[in-house]
Amino acid sequence: MKNKILSVHNIKVHFFSNKQFYFPWQKREFIKAVDDVSFDLFEGETLGIVGETGCGKSSLARAIIKMIPIASGKIMWMGEDLSAYNKTKMQKIRREIQMIFQDPLASLNPRMNIGEIIAEPLRTHYPKIAKNIIKDQVKEMMKKVGLLPNLINRYPHEFSGGQCQRIGIARALILKPKLIICDEPVSALDVSIQAQVINLLKDLQKDLKLSLIFITHDLSIAKHIADNILVLYFGKTVEMGLSKELFNNPRHSYTKKLISSVPIPEPRLR
Amino acid sequence: MNLLEVNNLKIDFETPEGLVKAVNDVSLNLANNESLAIVGESGSGKTQLVFSILGLLAKNATATGSIKYEDQEILNLPDERMNKIRSNKISMIFQDPMTSLNPYMRIRDQMNEVLIHHQGKSNKDATKQSIRMLEAVKISDAKNRINMYPHEFSGGMRQRVMIAISLLCNPKIIIADEPTTSLDVTVQAQIMELFKDIQKEFQTSFILITHNMGIVADTCLKTLVLYGGKVMEYGLTTDVFLKPTHPYTIGLLETMPRIDREYDVLKTIPGNPPNMLNLPEGCPFSNRCQYKINDCSELQPSINTINNQNQQRACHVLPKEFNL
Repeated sequence: MKNKILSVHNIKVHFFSNKQFYFPWQKREFIKAVDDVSFDLFEGETLGIVGETGCGKSSLARAIIKMIPIASGKIMWMGEDLSAYNKTKMQKIRREIQMIFQDPLASLNPRMNIGEIIAEPLRTHYPKIAKNIIKDQVKEMMKKVGLLPNLINRYPHEFSGGQCQRIGIARALILKPKLIICDEPVSALDVSIQAQVINLLKDLQKDLKLSLIFITHDLSIAKHIADNILVLYFGKTVEMGLSKELFNNPRHSYTKKLISSVPIPEPRLR
Repeated sequence: MNLLEVNNLKIDFETPEGLVKAVNDVSLNLANNESLAIVGESGSGKTQLVFSILGLLAKNATATGSIKYEDQEILNLPDERMNKIRSNKISMIFQDPMTSLNPYMRIRDQMNEVLIHHQGKSNKDATKQSIRMLEAVKISDAKNRINMYPHEFSGGMRQRVMIAISLLCNPKIIIADEPTTSLDVTVQAQIMELFKDIQKEFQTSFILITHNMGIVADTCLKTLVLYGGKVMEYGLTTDVFLKPTHPYTIGLLETMPRIDREYDVLKTIPGNPPNMLNLPEGCPFSNRCQYKINDCSELQPSINTINNQNQQRACHVLPKEFNL
């Protein structure tokens, strides 16, 4: 039996409108970005979250690590309730949950060199580690994600999109997290590079027994990488299940529509 | 007769870092009511290729070769004469529907502008035509919607407006530069369906620029695969997809996961997309190619015709040596 590392119960995320003034009898207007979503994530597994623009994929991911507040619901991390945690306690949890962002270049500070970028999580979370140890760890991590360690003093603009995403992955991995949340990690990359990054993530997952939450709008990629799939539509769970079952036998009409919209590169199937 | 004929087109850019050969010796042709896909990654020169057709190249570019529209040379035409061809004969849909519409102008004004400028119509006639086109791209309630501003439309609707604008002057050729890249899959399917309908209804030819092989297979008759500004493979879509004869095409088809298949490990193309300032001497793909032989990095492969003159390929290695 695998360990359950994260379970999310009936989580809701609301965004309030910018309206400044309300009469006492008026309720504040809000948007339900995530509405009553629950799921479990086990060690070494991948959960794919798919859906269209504005369906709440990213809000859900951000709510899990408490980057944005949740309106109601419970987030259980290794059996502990995260929603009750304050900032200092959350800091410790964030060592174990890391994130990879969509735009590889924009998520790297242009004024820091690669070594500094990858070492930054280590320096914030473990300020007492000696510099030479940090450097060794950074170099080791760079090798792991397929970057040459002698590039350590280069700056982000000197790298291609695929390499920048590898840097982002290295930065997420350096704290040896248990869970990585990937928010559309390959959608900004060239098609010939996407497969490289996906294979890298899969290999690392096997080596380090990582769990992944993989957010994407590309269903073919979700099918390939995820064990379980969660389909979101306007913040609500539409369908959830094992990847194989869901793709071979979609139950909900929205899932069916999504799957049938994906073009297949086979000219005779017109 | 071919509607559009491009022969040995070369586009060079003078940059502070050196000469960039964005497009190198590309030839293609397009007949009436035909659709052509140009496939390639970023930096393969696909956008510059179509920009040269419409005379939209940046000032530091020099284009040589020939582009003929109905046997009339249109490469490097002065703007005055080019403006008669733009929109009336050849029109373009740009990549990002969010930024290609002017946020300060109502849809009505943006659409009428095209007709007033290119065909000298009165505002009243132009509005009538604009409404008709909005209806053609299946925007309901076009009479009222035409008075809205772009921000009141969703991404898919904005792309429909862009398509309507490109159709306004009844062009013979529509060039669509990654028209669905920023859209959701369901919207993408609708837009591609719309393209097919329009082609039937208006008998226009399409040039579709994309990197999504799935869309190409579904909509286009011919496919041109570009890499590093050079033609890798060119032929009927059915041939290129089912009997690919170039390592890059094979790689592209294999590297993208397909929803109807299952994989243990995805095949990859090693290396990075080409740096246009620093292309290999020979074949631009040579440093990523798994079938590379000695000639590849030194000699530029010539474009050979195979398959009863229907398919072109530029590769030193014979197709039978690829293990498919």
